[in-house]
Amino acid sequence: MKKSHKWVHVLLASSLALGVAGCSSAGESKETAQTKTVQPKAVQLLNVSYDPTRELYQDYNKEFAAYWKQKTGQDVTIKQSHGGSGKQARSVIDGLEADVVTLALGYDIDALEAKGLIKPGWQKEFAHNSAPSTSTIVFLVRKGNPKQIKDWNDVVKPGISVITPNPKTSGGARWNYLAAWGYALKKNNNDEAKAKEFLAQLFKNVPVLDSGARGATTTFVERGIGDVLLTWENDALLAVNKLGKGNFEIVYPSVSILAEPPVAIVDKVADKHGTQEISKAYLEYLYSPKGQEIEARNYYRPQDKTVAEKYRQQFPAIKMFTIDEIAGGWKKAQAKHFSDGALFDQIYKPH
Amino acid sequence: MKKYSVIPGFSLTLGCTLLYVSLIVVLPLSLLFYKAASLKWSDFWKIITDERVLASYRVSFGTSLIAACLNAGFGLLLAWVLVRYRFPGRKLIDALVDLPFALPTAVAGIALTTLYAGNGWIGHGLEKLGIKVAFTPLGIIVALTFIGLPFVVRTVQPVLEEVEIHVEEAAASLGATSWQIFHRVIAPQIVPALLTGVALAFARALGEYGSVVFISGNMPMKTEITPLLIMSKLEQFDYAGATALAAVLLVASFCILLAVNVIQWRLSRYRMAR
Repeated sequence: MKKSHKWVHVLLASSLALGVAGCSSAGESKETAQTKTVQPKAVQLLNVSYDPTRELYQDYNKEFAAYWKQKTGQDVTIKQSHGGSGKQARSVIDGLEADVVTLALGYDIDALEAKGLIKPGWQKEFAHNSAPSTSTIVFLVRKGNPKQIKDWNDVVKPGISVITPNPKTSGGARWNYLAAWGYALKKNNNDEAKAKEFLAQLFKNVPVLDSGARGATTTFVERGIGDVLLTWENDALLAVNKLGKGNFEIVYPSVSILAEPPVAIVDKVADKHGTQEISKAYLEYLYSPKGQEIEARNYYRPQDKTVAEKYRQQFPAIKMFTIDEIAGGWKKAQAKHFSDGALFDQIYKPH
Repeated sequence: MKKYSVIPGFSLTLGCTLLYVSLIVVLPLSLLFYKAASLKWSDFWKIITDERVLASYRVSFGTSLIAACLNAGFGLLLAWVLVRYRFPGRKLIDALVDLPFALPTAVAGIALTTLYAGNGWIGHGLEKLGIKVAFTPLGIIVALTFIGLPFVVRTVQPVLEEVEIHVEEAAASLGATSWQIFHRVIAPQIVPALLTGVALAFARALGEYGSVVFISGNMPMKTEITPLLIMSKLEQFDYAGATALAAVLLVASFCILLAVNVIQWRLSRYRMAR
C-alpha cells in the first residue's frame, strides 16, 4: 500500500462526507421554497417555552384549540418544548422551528432578534411589553419561618443560608439577583458600591449554586439545604401547594422586581410555515379573559384587572420595580452584571 | 497486497472506514474548531486562561484523574472476581456493571445527591464524622467514579478471561510466590487493557456534565467544572467562547488517549522483544 494511495482515499472520504452534508442542506432549502396559499384543514404550531410553564401551556393549548376550531373550523395541534430559557433560545437559533417562543426573559428573545429570526420591535407587538402575565421574586422559607426572614436585609445576615441558582446559567437566577440589586439601590440612595457589597454579602451566604431554577428548588425542598430559597412566585406557590404541603411558607419582601416573561412570534419560521395569523391569535388569546384565568390558575399574575381581582387572595399586593428602572433594560443588565468579568463574576474573584 | 480476506478489498473497506469516521467524528469536531477560530488568537488565549477557567481545569482534571484511579483499582478487583469465581448472583452483578452506561446522567446525579447530601442516608452518617460529600469536590469524584466504572471492568474482563490458568500453575510449581505470579505473569498481560480502561474513564469524566452539576454545588473557583463554564458561556450566546473551552477539553482528551496508545505500543513491542 503506497502512502499516496492512502491519501486519495482520505480525500475521497472527506469530500464524500462534505458532499453528504451539502446535499442535505440543499434539500432543505428546496422544500422551503414552496409556500402555502390554501388554508389547510389542520395546522401545527410549535411553542418553545421555558421550564415552569409546562402545566400552564398544557391547559392553555386545549382551550385555544377549542376556540380556534370554533372560530375557523380548523384543527390545530400545538406542540410544546420546555427547558432552560437560554437553552431553548439557542435551540431556536440553531434551527428548532418554533412558530412562537414564550421565554423567561426579554434578553433571550432579543438574542433571536439579533439573529434575524424575529422582526425588531417585538416587545411592542402585544400588550404590556408582550408579557401576558407577570411574576415576581419571593422568599420560600421553612414552616414557621424559624430564622424570622422577613425582608431582603435578613437574607444577607451572617449564618443565614440562601439558595439561589447560578445567574450565569439560569434566567430565573438573574431575576433573583436583580431583585436584590434593586432593593439595595433603593435602600442606599442608588449607591452602586453599596449595592455591590450587599450582593457580595448575599452570595457569601449561598452554599450551592444550582445550574437551573428547578434544581435550586430541589436542593431546598428535597435536600433540606438552606434557610431561604429565592424563587419565582409561581414556583413558590407550586411548592407550597403541591410539593411539600405544609412544610413551607412564602414570605413577601418589602419590595421586589416585576418579572415579565415575554412572548413573541418567530417571524422567519411563521412566514415559512404560513402560520403568522394563527401564531398571532395564539399569543393574543393569552390576553383574553379565558387565557388570563388559565395564567392565574397556574400561579402567574394576570394582567387583566377583573381576573386579578378574582385571584386577589393568591397574589398579595407587593411594591415592585421594573428592570428598566434599576438597570435600563435587559441588554444593559446583562452587560453590566452577568457577562464574563462583570459584577457577578467580580463578587467571586478571590482576593 | 495479496492477502485473502473475507470482505472485499482493503481500499473499499478503508474508504468506508474513513467516510464513517469523518462523518461521525471528524466533521463535527472540525466544525467546533472552525467556530473557535472566529476568535482572535489573543482573545482565545484570554478566554482559556481566565482565572475562573483555570480553577475549573484544576477541578475537572483533578477529580477526573482521582476518579479514574479509583476505578482502576476497584474495576480491576471487580473484573477479577467476575472472571475468577463462580458464585450465585454473578450474572446479576455483571449486568449491573453496565448500568452507569445506560442511565441518563441527570438521573445518576440526582440519585447520588439524594444519597450523599447532608440529609441523605450515606451523607448523614458521613457528616457525623465531619466528612461532607455533596457540594464539595468529593461529591464530583463520587459522580465521576460512578459514570466511569464500566470502562475499566469491561476492558480488563475479556483479557483476564484469556489468561491461561496453567501458566500460573507452572509458575507456582517453579516456586513463585503469589505476588510474583501476579506481578510477573498476570500483570503484563492485563496492563495494556487496564490502561485503556483508565484512559477512557478519564476522558469520559472530563466531559461529564449531567451528573456533576447536581452534586457539585457549582461554586465559582471551588467546584465549578469546565463543562459548566461552557454552558454558562452558551447561556450568554457566546458561542465562540464556549467552543474555545470545548476545544481545550478536546485537545486534552485527545493527547491523553494518544499518550496511552503510545505507551501501549511501547509495552507490546517490549514484550515482543523479550
